[in-house]
Amino acid sequence: MTTLSSKTAAPRSVSGWRSAQSKRILLTLLGWTVALVIFFPIFWMILTGFKTESAAIADPTLIFSPTLESYQAVQERSGYARFALNSVAVAFGSTFLALLLAIPAAYAMAFLPTKRTKGTLLWMLSTKMLPSVGVLVPIYLIFRDTGLLDTRTGLIIIYTLMNLPIVVWMLYTFFKDMPKDILEAGRMDGASTLQEVFFLLLPLTLPGIASTGLLSVILSWNEAFWSLNLTTSNAAPLTAYIASFSSPEGLFWAKLSAASTMAIAPILILGWMTQKQMVRGLTFGAVK
Amino acid sequence: MATLQLHNITKRFGDTEVIKGIDLEVNDREFVVFVGPSGCGKSTLMRMIAGLESATDGDILIDGQRINDVGPADRGLAMVFQSYALYPHMTVEGNMGFSMRLAGVPKEERRAKVLEAAKILQLEPLLDRKPKALSGGQRQRVAIGRAIVRNPSIFLFDEPLSNLDAALRVQMRIELARLHDELDATMIYVTHDQIEAMTMADKIVVLHDGVVEQVGSPMALYHHPCNRFVAGFIGSPKMNFLPVTLTGVTSDGVAIRLPGGGERSVPVDGAHLDPNATLELGVRPEHLVLEEHGPLSGEIKVLERLGGQTSLYVQMDDELITIMADGDVAYRVNDTVRFGFDPERAHLFDAGGQALSSLQQHPLAGLTRHDNRAPGSPSEEPA
Repeated sequence: MTTLSSKTAAPRSVSGWRSAQSKRILLTLLGWTVALVIFFPIFWMILTGFKTESAAIADPTLIFSPTLESYQAVQERSGYARFALNSVAVAFGSTFLALLLAIPAAYAMAFLPTKRTKGTLLWMLSTKMLPSVGVLVPIYLIFRDTGLLDTRTGLIIIYTLMNLPIVVWMLYTFFKDMPKDILEAGRMDGASTLQEVFFLLLPLTLPGIASTGLLSVILSWNEAFWSLNLTTSNAAPLTAYIASFSSPEGLFWAKLSAASTMAIAPILILGWMTQKQMVRGLTFGAVK
Repeated sequence: MATLQLHNITKRFGDTEVIKGIDLEVNDREFVVFVGPSGCGKSTLMRMIAGLESATDGDILIDGQRINDVGPADRGLAMVFQSYALYPHMTVEGNMGFSMRLAGVPKEERRAKVLEAAKILQLEPLLDRKPKALSGGQRQRVAIGRAIVRNPSIFLFDEPLSNLDAALRVQMRIELARLHDELDATMIYVTHDQIEAMTMADKIVVLHDGVVEQVGSPMALYHHPCNRFVAGFIGSPKMNFLPVTLTGVTSDGVAIRLPGGGERSVPVDGAHLDPNATLELGVRPEHLVLEEHGPLSGEIKVLERLGGQTSLYVQMDDELITIMADGDVAYRVNDTVRFGFDPERAHLFDAGGQALSSLQQHPLAGLTRHDNRAPGSPSEEPA
């Protein structure tokens, strides 16, 4: 190997360049494949929503004459607006409540840590590993006895509890990235803890708080297990609305798809508009 | 205006004691510099004074009042952080006026005070800018401005210049000294840079491993270091140390034999010395002189020409000795040189590293920065 001259080194570097290039192409292909696999069901759902019921159950095809028939049928049958309003109220209500509880918690953990802070955080996250159905019966009974069944308040409470660990964890990460000096400078300037949080911490971690809030809204919006089990009509959100197309009158693929499309449209638009913010928030600190 | 006293201050983090019982007195309008290597506890000590860290034991008094249990904002202090710690989402004016905004000072009054401070620091054209649109030096000035508007009884500076480049550091050093004269305030300054300490301080506090090694004026520390640590830390380049043998003690000083055989008498008090004591000689590089018949000799290993001066690094047995010589010396690497020193400018340290006290006080030892001014001259120093 020591006899290798500089002449032989040149082609080697070209082949190295080639292998880097092919690696990049392979990774790009893989990325596209994963994205398509994830997107395909959504794409197919949107497509099916514009088909007739008979076309929906016929052999899958990309060529058909689109129709708004299913959308009309869905509109006529039940009040989309009422379900949507419930979804908005529950998703944003629970997110607001979760942030209200999580901000002080994350502040304490990030700036006044004790020996048990890490353990507490892990324990909080571990509650997410428990299958929800494991606590369905006790929660149902508690809700029944306290009159929370089929109320927005009840759903807001359960969603808040559901998202709190993730919200606290994310905020904790953002707060930890905040330079401590700035808060100390604030303290020297005479800021109370509350003023410190409102004038310094919140404005400076706003991107992180926004993306945490967005994630919480999305998770609440799409949650189906609790909404199907704890609501019937009054507080039923859009997930229950979608489900209503699959049970009583048999399975209507086109209408189900149309309803699903309408249910995910608001959150999809919200997500699309804020995707820059989301990505920035989720990778916050990782790029510093 | 204010005085500060520390009585037996200790600080423990868990089982680690980082500050081990410090007593200190800071007089009114004094510029005191805490200096020491990284991890010596100087920043922790300042943070305890600021109230950002609590003292495990001991008392902190400002103007005679114990303030251990007073919150940082109510101690009447202002602090300038190493990272500047400006509020990134506020303008320069917002940053400087934040403390007054919290205190509910009316907008007009706030603005007037900010303008006043901005004028001192030449920040007027920058008041509407956000910190990210400022240079390092400007940010530093905003941080100082934020401290000035609080009209504190004591200013605290935590390594404020260490994020600046060398040229800017020199300029800010001069500005800070000028500011001290202009504001006539008590200032405490933390740094690991002994040049900053020497140039700005009225009083230097040398810290090492959580204890005060020596307190004194820059010239006192330079000419009369009380131990080997202070001798090595103050002065640049570092003091040279050589093992020597004690040969006798007289009323004129301590006689020693140098490596290589020469004998000298250093005018220090050796009355308590054991006849078999091991001693170490300390001579600063600028006090070693190249002499044809000097008592010491060695081979030049490295030679650094700075123009006006030349640093020679000379191998002498196991020691590498630094000599600051004239800029035009004709030596080359591997040449052998002979050199000597004026015994009056040499120091002797006992086996425990304690300096033997000089028989004669250096005439400038009591001098502070303020004494450099001619009597009656205006307090302005050339900027």
